Amino acid sequence: MSIFINKSTKLIIQGITGKEGSFHAKSCQEYGTKLIGGVTPNKGGSEILNVPVFNTVKEAVKELMPDASMIFVPARFAANAIIEAAEAGIKLIVCITEGIPVYDTLNAKKAVTLNGARLIGPNCPGLISPEESKIGIMPSSIHKKGNVGVVSRSGTLTYEAVYQLTQLGIGQSTCIGIGGDPVIGTGFIDVLEAFQNDNETEVICLIGEIGGNAEEEAAEYIKQYVTKPVVSFIAGLSAPAGKRMGHAGAIISGSKGTASSKMQALTSAGVKVCSNPANIGITIKQILENN
Amino acid sequence: MKIHEYQAKDLFKQYGINVPSSVLCERKEDIEECINNISPPCVIKAQIHSGARGKAGGVKIAKDYKSAVEYAQTILGSELTSSQAGTKKVNKILIEKAVEIDKEIYLSLTFDRTSECIALIVSPQGGMDIEETARNNPEKIYTLLIKDDFNPEPVMRNLGFNTEITNKICETAKKIYKLLVEKDILLAEINPLVITKNGDVTAVDAKINFDDNALFRHEDILSLKDEKEENPYELEAQKYGLNYIKLNGTIGCMVNGAGLAMATMDVIKLSGKSAANFLDVGGGAGSDKIEKAFKLLISDKDLEAVFINIFGGILRCDFLAEGIKNAIQTLKIKCPVIIRMEGTNKEQGIEILNNSGLRFTIVKDLNEASEVIKKL
Repeated sequence: MSIFINKSTKLIIQGITGKEGSFHAKSCQEYGTKLIGGVTPNKGGSEILNVPVFNTVKEAVKELMPDASMIFVPARFAANAIIEAAEAGIKLIVCITEGIPVYDTLNAKKAVTLNGARLIGPNCPGLISPEESKIGIMPSSIHKKGNVGVVSRSGTLTYEAVYQLTQLGIGQSTCIGIGGDPVIGTGFIDVLEAFQNDNETEVICLIGEIGGNAEEEAAEYIKQYVTKPVVSFIAGLSAPAGKRMGHAGAIISGSKGTASSKMQALTSAGVKVCSNPANIGITIKQILENN
Repeated sequence: MKIHEYQAKDLFKQYGINVPSSVLCERKEDIEECINNISPPCVIKAQIHSGARGKAGGVKIAKDYKSAVEYAQTILGSELTSSQAGTKKVNKILIEKAVEIDKEIYLSLTFDRTSECIALIVSPQGGMDIEETARNNPEKIYTLLIKDDFNPEPVMRNLGFNTEITNKICETAKKIYKLLVEKDILLAEINPLVITKNGDVTAVDAKINFDDNALFRHEDILSLKDEKEENPYELEAQKYGLNYIKLNGTIGCMVNGAGLAMATMDVIKLSGKSAANFLDVGGGAGSDKIEKAFKLLISDKDLEAVFINIFGGILRCDFLAEGIKNAIQTLKIKCPVIIRMEGTNKEQGIEILNNSGLRFTIVKDLNEASEVIKKL
């Protein structure tokens, strides 16, 4: 098993005719994802990559009954795109778009909750269940099917960790980038719960970064509910306070949100915390060998 | 985005929030006239983007005309150093009528990440650093998480004022809340909010941070940006869509993706050095953008080495290699360049670098990079 997506997940893409949208739609399709359609206003009735394009998500849902939607809509329209998907009845919404205003994301999140949907992102690389389905922008080739569940607030740093694992011959059940914004849909705890309940996942790799206290809350959850081994790396130990490190959410405010506070919380929850990102793969390997 | 105190106070005025009368002064020759307009006692305040201006000598209370002129002459054009913002030149001062203070309180409205709503924070310890109060007297901080309608009154009662004053403080909070929501503000802080001897409530200081991602719909706010307050390298980077932050170390670094960029800085630190900058070229950079990023990177004079760490997903390694080659060919670079490339078209990328006739140290992973940096 994998979490959230598998071979049979039917996907539509909002913003499928744009440069980014079409590029990644093709990449997902080539990976084996069941891409069944797309949405671009005013382009309804056309076709791209052998799938139909609709004007609205509602029309696409009526025709195709998709399970998931991936969003590549520009930032100023993206929150409305999330709301449109949620209200049309899509249950898994993956928003790749970076740069959505915080209060817009908050609004969109309310619509997602109200309609019983799950939002991943925004400002995230999406997710992949290797050799099953990819709903995201990660390079396909570095992944391998296996038993490590990876969850991260970052994109390329996740690729780094996954690459280390695959080089060591260790595969992944599902890899999820939850996003680098201060407000995101699915958080660490939701994913930890899913990995804990997933038979295929043996070890969990949690990659965090400075800003907020999601890692501290995750640590609390792990202490209480997670019996599987967790390995972690927190980026930004050397980051200065008060500076936004690329991600909108990666900022130490005063004395809050430091890497060391997160590392301490995770360590005291029994998590094996790597201080060097070069050692994520090898640390997981050792745990798998000892189990 | 941050704005100056005087700009924040202008916004406050637009929303009906009381602020002391003041004039902005930008030229030394205008100082006397400005002070005459306000008539001392007054407060001379340096307008720079920094907290702790008082401690840095940027805020002075003048009892009479003579001392006001003297303080204004000293502060305008001076350089102030604070722990928060480093050294900054004072290009503008605000000359503000002194108010007769009865009580000072702290009041802020801020977006609270943990509870994902706006939070009202008040404290009777006005004028003090709120983090310090949180450490030493946490019982003196009152917080209201605003989930639905905003009714500040029960929380404000904790401050111990009579109903009339309490209502005035509540009105101020409601106006700031409106400002927050309408202008996509993530933090509006008044420290102190003063209750005057006449029973008026007035904002003696004002600090506002906007959501950068929402500026596209607030042209009025965008026009308040003071480029003189920004690091010139960071401004240049913004033009090319690069995420760049100047730091104090000696190893220049260029990375794609914010998380990996932070992790790379950490690896440099673990190797006994520190990063000269944070530079995220983003996911889809082409060779032109890479070249610009590289030029920016090496315009920093004191580099001991440059470390390029790219995990090519969307970004192709051959594009990266072309960009670096072009940049190095046009610029004379004396320091060693360490390159780690992984991902799409890695082999072609390495070939381009090897055939360029230029000198690089190509490393296969972060561990090897760390070893090379240790030996610098």
